[in-house]
Amino acid sequence: MKRAFLAILQRDLQIAFRRVSEIANPLLFFIIVASLFPLAVSPDSDHLRSIGSGVLWVVALLSSLLALEGLFRADAEDGSLEQLMLSPVPLGVAALAKVTAHWLVTIVPLVVLTPVLALSFALPVGVLPVMAFALLLATPTLSVLVALGAALTLGLRRGGAIVGLLVLPLTAPLLIFGTRAIDLALYGESAVAPLYLLAALAALAVSLGPVAIAAALRVGVE
Amino acid sequence: MKLPRWFHLFGSPPFVYRLAGALTPWLGIIACTLLIVGAYWGLVVAPPDAVQGEVYRILYIHPQTAYVSMMAYVVMAVTAGIGYIWRIKLAHAVAVSAAPIGASFTACALVSGSLWGRPTWGTYWEWGDPRIMFETLLLFLFLSYLALRAAFEDRDKADRVSAILAVVGVVNVPIIHYSVLWWNTLHQGPTISKLDSPSMATEFLIPFLIMITGFTFCFYWLLLSRLKAEIVERERDTRWLQDALQGGRP
Repeated sequence: MKRAFLAILQRDLQIAFRRVSEIANPLLFFIIVASLFPLAVSPDSDHLRSIGSGVLWVVALLSSLLALEGLFRADAEDGSLEQLMLSPVPLGVAALAKVTAHWLVTIVPLVVLTPVLALSFALPVGVLPVMAFALLLATPTLSVLVALGAALTLGLRRGGAIVGLLVLPLTAPLLIFGTRAIDLALYGESAVAPLYLLAALAALAVSLGPVAIAAALRVGVE
Repeated sequence: MKLPRWFHLFGSPPFVYRLAGALTPWLGIIACTLLIVGAYWGLVVAPPDAVQGEVYRILYIHPQTAYVSMMAYVVMAVTAGIGYIWRIKLAHAVAVSAAPIGASFTACALVSGSLWGRPTWGTYWEWGDPRIMFETLLLFLFLSYLALRAAFEDRDKADRVSAILAVVGVVNVPIIHYSVLWWNTLHQGPTISKLDSPSMATEFLIPFLIMITGFTFCFYWLLLSRLKAEIVERERDTRWLQDALQGGRP
């Protein structure tokens, strides 16, 4: 089972790195949208500091939605998803491997990039570790939710528009705990409690999420 | 596990159609009676509130609709889960029927709450209030369930896919609830909610309870009415339904 997991992960990573533009698009989107906010709201650094963490979180949620088309669709179209279903490997494990690949390829670069943007939003340097931790703990849950959205809309010809409706309300807790951790750090208090909660959500999502994704994939491929 | 025989009857559309047909008038009568009595008691008989005056009478609409909206979500998610696991089409039909009613009750709770907020809190909408945010997110969950269903042309597929969403949602509802409760506590204390005060004088409590029972019956009345329509739509090609609709007994 571990070998199958690693094989699927490796295959998905290989495919992803052959089409670098698809990795770059969500990142570019992230940078562009984040840099629109100072133009739209106010370039004043006090202002930016107060909205900064919230803006970065929301934009990160939105840009993680961009990459979901490639998550299962291509595999469903060329039949490799059906082969995965026929194989003795539980579909949940395969789904978890694909989610991991998605997380590594689209979200980790985003997490790496966020501190730079955070600095441009005049957030103090001391907050950055908390922010990076919060993002690292929240994004696995986010990846699972996005993959669930992609799997639920697999049977549709155009799934893109509706996935946002499905996924975004469910991400509210991530947003709340994530920005709360950063706020606490901004005020110089311990941000451990919201980080623990994010970790708990990640454990829940990574353990139960693949089951739901597999169920949705089975309906979608029929 | 061996189930009693009557249990299987609830998977049979003709039986449920007839049962719903027999129950709806009664549920309707009970719901209307309770709502009329409760409304009269609450709006006319009960004395005005010492602090809020007449405005407090939204107390007889607002918490009830909010309660029913959450109950509707649970009904929807549980029936959708039953439908998915045991592949019972009727359970899906119940879930589909519950969703728009739940969305409407959620919207009623939001609107009545914001109308109540204006005179008492001085604002129609307070982003910082956890209950408002929770109810808003609940509305979004209902609407995304309906949007996902509407996107599928094949009803069977729509049933099963939306059931997964409903079940994932029900796992998420408590998480959203608690996250929203804990949210914003850095800057301001939780808004004092009037229902949390354990003591409500009896003359307020009786119409309050009558209304909450009335709205619950109202929900099931609407649910069974919608369920009947849903069964008619799903079974329109079957013989028993055509017989039943032409007045004969199936």
